[in-house]
Amino acid sequence: MSEILVLVDHADGAVRKTTTELLTIARSLGEPSAVFVGAGIDAARETLVAYGADTIYLLDSADLTDYLVVPQAEALAQLVDRAAPAAVLVPSTPEAREVAARVAVKTGSGLITDAVDVRAGADGGPVTTQSVFAGGYTVEASVTRGTPIIVVKPNSVTPEQSPGAGVEETVEVAVSEAARSARVVKREPRTKSGRPELTEAAIVVSGGRGTGGDFSDVEALADALGAAVGASRAAVDSGWYPHSYQVGQTGKTVSPQLYVASGISGAIQHRAGMQTAKTIVAVNKDAEAPIFELVDFGVVGDLKQVLPQATEEIIKRKG
Amino acid sequence: MKIVVCVKHVPDATAQRRFDADHTVDRAGVDGLLSELDEYAVEEALQIAAAHDGEVVVLTVGPDQAADAARKSLQMGADSAVHVVDEQLHGSDAIATSLVLAEAVRKIGDYDIVVCGMASTDGAMGVVPAMLAERLGVPQVTFAAEVSVDSGSVTARRDADLATETIEASMPLVLSVTDQINEPRYPSFKGIMGAKKKPVQTWSLADLGVDADQVGLAAAWSVVHSVAARPPRSQGVVVTDDGAGGRQLADYLAEQKFI
Repeated sequence: MSEILVLVDHADGAVRKTTTELLTIARSLGEPSAVFVGAGIDAARETLVAYGADTIYLLDSADLTDYLVVPQAEALAQLVDRAAPAAVLVPSTPEAREVAARVAVKTGSGLITDAVDVRAGADGGPVTTQSVFAGGYTVEASVTRGTPIIVVKPNSVTPEQSPGAGVEETVEVAVSEAARSARVVKREPRTKSGRPELTEAAIVVSGGRGTGGDFSDVEALADALGAAVGASRAAVDSGWYPHSYQVGQTGKTVSPQLYVASGISGAIQHRAGMQTAKTIVAVNKDAEAPIFELVDFGVVGDLKQVLPQATEEIIKRKG
Repeated sequence: MKIVVCVKHVPDATAQRRFDADHTVDRAGVDGLLSELDEYAVEEALQIAAAHDGEVVVLTVGPDQAADAARKSLQMGADSAVHVVDEQLHGSDAIATSLVLAEAVRKIGDYDIVVCGMASTDGAMGVVPAMLAERLGVPQVTFAAEVSVDSGSVTARRDADLATETIEASMPLVLSVTDQINEPRYPSFKGIMGAKKKPVQTWSLADLGVDADQVGLAAAWSVVHSVAARPPRSQGVVVTDDGAGGRQLADYLAEQKFI
C-alpha cells in the first residue's frame, strides 16, 4: 500500500473535524500518515490514531508557527521528497491552501483544490470530484505530474474510525532565512460562539438582508437545531454579523446536511458557498427570490413570524 | 513606489458560464469582465500609490478580450498596463499562470508591491498569489482585510479561521486582498476618457523568455476527465405562510429526521 500524507488542522492539539474526514479518505487510497505541525500532539494523538493514522510525523519548530505558510510549505515539501507519498491531502483553510500551492510548485506537482470527493482511480491514483461555477458543473480530474496535492473541502465524507498504528516520528525541518520573511506579530483567537463551527456543522441556519439586522430569530432556530449560524454578504456588509460567519464565494463554503436560508435572496455569490448542501430550506418574503429555485422546502413569508413558530415547534417536539 | 496589480478577465458569473469541448472554460462565447475580486486589488493599489507617490502598473494574462480587464483598471486610475497574450497560453493551469506572471513582473522590474485579489471568480482556487511569491522569492502577505504601508514594509490584518492575525513583511512583496479591504471606485468620465491615452504593452511568451512547452493545456500538471452540468435540483415544495408556515417547516424537518 502507498503512503498518503494528511496535513492535520488543529488548534493547540484540538483536531478539527476536517482532519478526521481527510484521514477517512486517505484510508481509501492507501496508508494514512498524519503530518502534525506545532505543539499539542498529546491532545491530538488519540483522534489521529482512532481515524487511522499509521504514521504521525511531528514537526515542531517556532519557525513553523511564527511565520505564515512559507516555513510550513518548505517543511512539507521536504517531507514529500523524503517519504515519496502517493498523494498529499490538505484541508481547505486559507493557510493550508497556500501551503499546498507552494508545495506543488516546489515539488513539481499538480494541484487540485476544493475537491468534494476523492476516490482511487483505475490506476490506484486519486481521482477528484469538484463542484465548480457555483455548483453548476461537476468536474472529475486527476494530477498527471509529481505527487498529487489535493485540497479537500469540509464535509466531503462522513468520518469513520478505524485505528491506525500511530507510529510517531519526529522530523527535523530546515527552514530557510527567506521563509522567515512575513512574521505573525499578533494572533488574537476569535471569541467562541458556543455553537458548532460553521464549516463543520451538520446544520447551518443563515440570515440575510431580510433579517433587517436582527439575528435573534436566526440564532434561536439555530440553537433549537444545534446548528451553526451563517450570514449572507449583504448582512455582513451592513455590519449586522461578523465577516467570519459569511457564507459565499468570499466567505466560507459550507456543505452541511441541512441549510436554512432566512431572508436570503440567493445571489450567485451566496449560492457558490452553499449549493452543495444536501437539503436546502428557505424562508423569504419574496416568492420570486432565486433561492426558491434551489430549495427542497420553502416558505414564502415573514421570517419574523415563521422562524419563531418553527423554533417553538421544534423545542416542543424535542421535549 | 512601484505597484504591479495582477488582474484577470473572467466570464460573467451572472451569465450562463460553460466549458469548451477540451474542458477549458469558454472565454470567448460568454461575456467577460474584470474579475470582481480584482477590483479590490486595483483599488488598494491606487490608494497605496496615492499615499506614497507611487505608480500602478496593471498586469493581465489572457486572450485578446482580457485587454478589457486591463482597460477597466486603467479607467479606475492605474497608470499603465501590460497584457501577456499568446495562443500557446490556452488551457494553462494556475502553476503555468504563476510562472508567466512571475516572468512578467520581473520584466516590469523594480517593483515594491505586487497586489492580487484573493481569488478569481471563475477558477476560484485562490492559490496564484502564493505561487507568485514562491516563484519571485519574495514575502507573501495574503488574504489581507486591512493594510497599512510605510516606507519599507507592509502590515496587514488577516482574518484566519480561528484567529485574527497581524502580519508584517518587508518590501518587495506579494499582497493579496479580500473584499473586506475597501470599496472599489467606479471609473469616472474623466478616468474613462484618460484611459484611452495610457500606455498598454502587449507581450508574448517569447518576450518573457518562457518556453511554449511550459504552458498551455498540454503542459498542465492535472487533467480534467469529464465536465458535467449539474442536474437542476428537483423542484421542492414551496408553501405560502398562512399563519402555520413555521409549523409546516418544523413538520418538514421532522419528516427529514433533522429533529
